[in-house]
Amino acid sequence: MTDRTLTDPKASDPKRADPTRFLSHLDLDQPDRTFLDSNELVINMGPQHPATHGVLRVILKLDGEQVLGTECVIGYLHRGVEKIAEHRTYTMFNPYVDRMDYVAAVSNGLGYCEAVEKLLNIEAPPRAKYIRVILTELNRLASHQLWLGTHALDIGAMTPLFYTFRDREEILKIFEKYCGARLTTHAFRIGGCQYETYEGFERDVIKFLDFVPPKIDEYEELLTTNRIWLERTKNVGVISKADAIALGVTGPVLRASGVKWDLRKAQPYAAYSDFEFEIPIGANGDTYDRYTVRMEEMRQSLRIIRQAVEKIPEGPIMAKVPKVMKPPVGEIYHSIEAPKGELGYFIVSDGSTQPYRVRVRPPSFVNLQALDIMVRGALVADVIAVIGTLDIVLGEVDR
Amino acid sequence: MVGKLKGQYGSGIREANTYLGQNYMIVEPSIVSELLRILRDGEQFDYCVDITAVHYPEREKQFDVIWILYSFARNERIRVKIMIADGESVPSAVSVWATANWLEREVFDMFGIRFDGHPDLKRILLPDGWKGHPLRKDYGIIQQDQEWVQANLGIESGQ
Repeated sequence: MTDRTLTDPKASDPKRADPTRFLSHLDLDQPDRTFLDSNELVINMGPQHPATHGVLRVILKLDGEQVLGTECVIGYLHRGVEKIAEHRTYTMFNPYVDRMDYVAAVSNGLGYCEAVEKLLNIEAPPRAKYIRVILTELNRLASHQLWLGTHALDIGAMTPLFYTFRDREEILKIFEKYCGARLTTHAFRIGGCQYETYEGFERDVIKFLDFVPPKIDEYEELLTTNRIWLERTKNVGVISKADAIALGVTGPVLRASGVKWDLRKAQPYAAYSDFEFEIPIGANGDTYDRYTVRMEEMRQSLRIIRQAVEKIPEGPIMAKVPKVMKPPVGEIYHSIEAPKGELGYFIVSDGSTQPYRVRVRPPSFVNLQALDIMVRGALVADVIAVIGTLDIVLGEVDR
Repeated sequence: MVGKLKGQYGSGIREANTYLGQNYMIVEPSIVSELLRILRDGEQFDYCVDITAVHYPEREKQFDVIWILYSFARNERIRVKIMIADGESVPSAVSVWATANWLEREVFDMFGIRFDGHPDLKRILLPDGWKGHPLRKDYGIIQQDQEWVQANLGIESGQ
């Protein structure tokens, strides 16, 4: 594996980053510092706002059009997923994880199943791993398509939304035919997969693989060299390599800042070590780079799916799993590269049928923290662009 | 690395072990602040993946607080764990990793563990006036702060 590590360790030196820069505390009780400057004002964006992609409230302190600071108020969708986990068996909790990042439910399920499998010391059979890769990568594509459509809509380009939703539909159809559900799929089980692929699954997937690349070109045609798109995204919401690492940002946001790090390569899980693919990175860490990184990731996902469909082995799809799961006492942390970044599960077992503690490390939650540093000094309109480019799902931020 | 750190801290590092291929250290709370900084600066653990806690009500030291760290250069993870009693506070890691800000706020919100030196320790997922910390084991799964619900939502109960 060649892409394992950062090539330039100095570039990520956190010592160079002054941590106090990251702190945003709006002194909301304090009067304006400049008495005569009547432009300074504090406004609320959200929680009910179409561009916040859910119920996110951002308190903005503005000087005219310029953003002086922000504070996110989250928790509107808090359902206590981690608490629920302590009151369910390992198997019963499996469908709940789909409801966190509901646009990438398959990834959530994969991370959880693999974490419990590690704890039980079992491994899914090769065929199950391949099915998992195919569905997860299809889901990554669907998630990126949804992101592109809504992000472009926020910025004012309406057409991409219709295009991406039209094509995402084909992926959801495959999910529906595979497991009966379109969004919260509960596609995987601990130890493998519940369902064998349906008759014609490979044909459907290959048909999709041939169908979608020209569509991605079509999205790019609309945006990549579009003057308005460039104006709205170039040098907007810039985050440097050092800042991104200090803030624990992961996924396409980190890669767009120039860090070539993807868990599928760095610490391969499922069957990812069997496939060839590139990790696209950006140079400037701006909104445009995050756009190009995700566009390229879509193509790389297609590449992985094609290899997986061609090489899919025969065999069982379920490992030998005890009917009553009682993992030995211990702790495990397992993480995967979800479409939004590093999705981790920290599970503590006390030897009983229910997990003692499940901690979800949500990529959206951590990435959202970077919003403040990305928009400080920018314009209000850029806040919309940056929320879109962070690709957050509030169901996952709040859990 | 563990050998080097053990030489430096002696009994401050109570246990350094591997379970299912994952490395972890259990250390004394008194050295954790310095240790985290050394792990970042000396051992290249420049990415703080997560900070979380676990509640064991039957233990004298009721809480585990856990830092999950990752090093890009070494492609390695390590978990640092301390055990503290209820009411004890933990040194904040915000000055080491900026990402600790929200993560520590969530631990405070869910467990009521205070972080010394955190710039703005307040609830993050639950409303500011809420009573109780839901991820403690003595907090029931359908338990709510009825007073808050009645005062702020104008309904009898959230159930």
